[in-house]
Amino acid sequence: MDRPTNRAGDGRRARPAAHELARYEALFAARTRGMKSSAMREMMALTERPEVISLAGGLPDTTTFPPELYAKLMSQVAADSTARALQYGPTEGMAVTVQCIVEVMEEEGTVVDPAEVIVTTGGQQVIDLVCKALIDPGDVIVAEAPTYPGAIPTFGAYQADVVQIEVDGDGMPIDELESTLDRLAAEGRRPKFIYTIPNFQNPGGVTMSLARRHRLVEVARERELLVLEDNPYGLLRYEGEPLPTLYSLDAAAVGRGGASDLVIYLGTFSKILSPGLRLGWAVAPRPVLEKLNLGKQGADLCSSPVTQLFVAAYFKEGGWREYIERLRALYSRRRDVMLEALEQHFGGKAAWTKPHGGLFIWATLDGGVDTTDLLAHSEGVAFVPGRAAYMDGRSGASSMRLNFAGVPDDDIREGVRRIGRAMGGQAGLFGVLTGSSPGAAAGERGGDAGAGAAGSGESPSELADVVELPRRGKQGSADRRSAGKRRDR
Amino acid sequence: MSGGAIRSGTRSADAGAAEPGTALRRVAVLKGGTSLERKVSLRSGAQAQEALSRLGHDVVAIDAGPELVAELRQAEPDAAFIALHGSDGEDGTVQGLLEVIGIPYTGSGPSACMRCTDKVLAKHLMREAGIPTADFHSFRESSFKGLGAAAALADVERSLGFPLVVKPARQGSALGVKFARSSEELPGAIVGALSYDSKVLIERYVKGRDLAVSVLDAATPGEEPEALPVVEAIPREEEFYNYESRYEIGMTTFVCPAELPGDVAVRAQELALETYRLLGCRGVARVDLMLEEDTGELVVLETNVVPGLTETSLLPLAADAAGIGFEELMERILLSAVPRRDL
Repeated sequence: MDRPTNRAGDGRRARPAAHELARYEALFAARTRGMKSSAMREMMALTERPEVISLAGGLPDTTTFPPELYAKLMSQVAADSTARALQYGPTEGMAVTVQCIVEVMEEEGTVVDPAEVIVTTGGQQVIDLVCKALIDPGDVIVAEAPTYPGAIPTFGAYQADVVQIEVDGDGMPIDELESTLDRLAAEGRRPKFIYTIPNFQNPGGVTMSLARRHRLVEVARERELLVLEDNPYGLLRYEGEPLPTLYSLDAAAVGRGGASDLVIYLGTFSKILSPGLRLGWAVAPRPVLEKLNLGKQGADLCSSPVTQLFVAAYFKEGGWREYIERLRALYSRRRDVMLEALEQHFGGKAAWTKPHGGLFIWATLDGGVDTTDLLAHSEGVAFVPGRAAYMDGRSGASSMRLNFAGVPDDDIREGVRRIGRAMGGQAGLFGVLTGSSPGAAAGERGGDAGAGAAGSGESPSELADVVELPRRGKQGSADRRSAGKRRDR
Repeated sequence: MSGGAIRSGTRSADAGAAEPGTALRRVAVLKGGTSLERKVSLRSGAQAQEALSRLGHDVVAIDAGPELVAELRQAEPDAAFIALHGSDGEDGTVQGLLEVIGIPYTGSGPSACMRCTDKVLAKHLMREAGIPTADFHSFRESSFKGLGAAAALADVERSLGFPLVVKPARQGSALGVKFARSSEELPGAIVGALSYDSKVLIERYVKGRDLAVSVLDAATPGEEPEALPVVEAIPREEEFYNYESRYEIGMTTFVCPAELPGDVAVRAQELALETYRLLGCRGVARVDLMLEEDTGELVVLETNVVPGLTETSLLPLAADAAGIGFEELMERILLSAVPRRDL
């Protein structure tokens, strides 16, 4: 309860009359039209209540960081670097921090020149700065479908024309990319960059295969196209062999031990250390880097020296690899807990990805279920409706993103159970409406009526291994309506 | 069909009870809550709060939650200003509760709230009273599950034709509202709508201009309510006036007064007043209408008993066009907070 008790006498502030609101409207930049709020986001606001189990966030679990280490490092920064910590820093970032970045990237087998690194305020700022540097209104960005929901408002704000390419179990299909590029070329258009999250994609949970990575780099080189490689989770791999970054593949293609000249690499400390630090980075070809630097000067001059020095102190301490190892063990177990819960509660009603790392599972429901509606129907649990991962805000309606990393095991189980129960109710009703299931079939497990996969005889466990991302045509009205927006078909 | 006749007796509860709003020194603004329109409500509440403070009221803002009754008892307000949208706030729940604990509140009483919030009920009442509204059918979830109503959907399709608009019976914003263009799309749309309510409204799609008429009780007790100038909402790009554009500046252009032939504007206002009276509203309400493109006829869609008060809401815009500033508007709405007994 807040209590603004402002008596009338004390100098009234003039409130704009309603007719003046039209004047504001005239003042707003055209780009604000691309900055939409959505029903879905309104609804997400509801899930901020404490009693709600949220599988919606993009959060790592920061409770795993040792408090005594945090305290020690902070006091160390405070004592040893008071003036530096409290001062502005260089726009490109502090050398000690850049050194940590070089170390992290080496861990993924990627060698970079410290002079080509810029420290940013979270990875998010890289997306913003890259758009700022490259995108004029109407310019084309090619992205995956689904794509990182947090990139969508940024692309929208720069009025980009985003063409999305559906991923499959091996990430973005490069032949699809090529035919998209051909078609764009026929229209006299050429994307400013290709945006991809090759590892444990957010939200899809899929990883681009090695062959596709090679092919993507080839295509980029053949056509002289920039690639924005967003890699927040590369070190959070729970199974399988690490794959080389696009940056390193392109650098190898350039040869002579040089740097990549077409890949802009985006990294972040958010998932391997802490999002609260707000520190990310970009590695980019020099001319691009210069523009990113100029853009950053206009945005925030520099990222926080306090947290940059914290990172430097943390890396000097030497335990950062062990901490990531601990995160891997924890998140890997939670992933398995979620996969198990999904088999139990979604089996026969949905298909979902089985990520080899990262934070997210992407589940696609059978039948005509719109997950935005499901969210309204799912009591006490939150997830990100699939629409959030599509530029048009309509595709992906029957999918959802689930975070397994930031939530304790029991909450994962209970959250998935609650969603499953709501799904069962909806699928049962759908079955009744379509005549594929008799009435009163809306029990917890009665929801597999009317579903595409249900009749195929696959067991839930087999289904769980199927990587199936939303396909148009078998879903509800929302998807069908947006079919015209797809450029690659 | 002039605006003179009072069709229902629901306003008789006012009689003799009026006390000027100025006596309402301490006002609790109820906002937020847990409905799906929580965020909009917080914005409406903030607007009301500021204006009422500037008017010299002692304002207590309460985010309606599990402690609402306790907080109200502690705050001891002279009146509650309801800025809650959606379930609990707009459907008579909070209104009934406030009557139990004896706190006068703004706007319509529980029964009017129920009539307006339930679009199906409102449409039945309008149809019986001869107020034009789009043809419709409605179903309860239970009728699909227990009475085999799915088999009747073909009849609905035949009688209304495609496209159909499928809505939850009770959900204020456009959440859960879907188009169905074919038989294949109808089940999914119904399931979607039934995620928000146990009752679904299936309506003939009316293509045309999107109008809203706000109705405000008179400043002087005993006088007739007044219909404010007609607002037209012109969506910028979407064929369907969607949820996003409803609340965001720039997505929709609002024109007030709407550029309509004089008789159409008057007729829209008359219809709004008729609807307001029919449903037993008080204080304030916003009646949404369509001017059908093909027929030139006006049809009433629905009535909102707690219209939005945000920077982009239609009620403040319409009031302003009528020369009623935001503070005066708040004061007028506050006047409806008089001790009452619901019918």
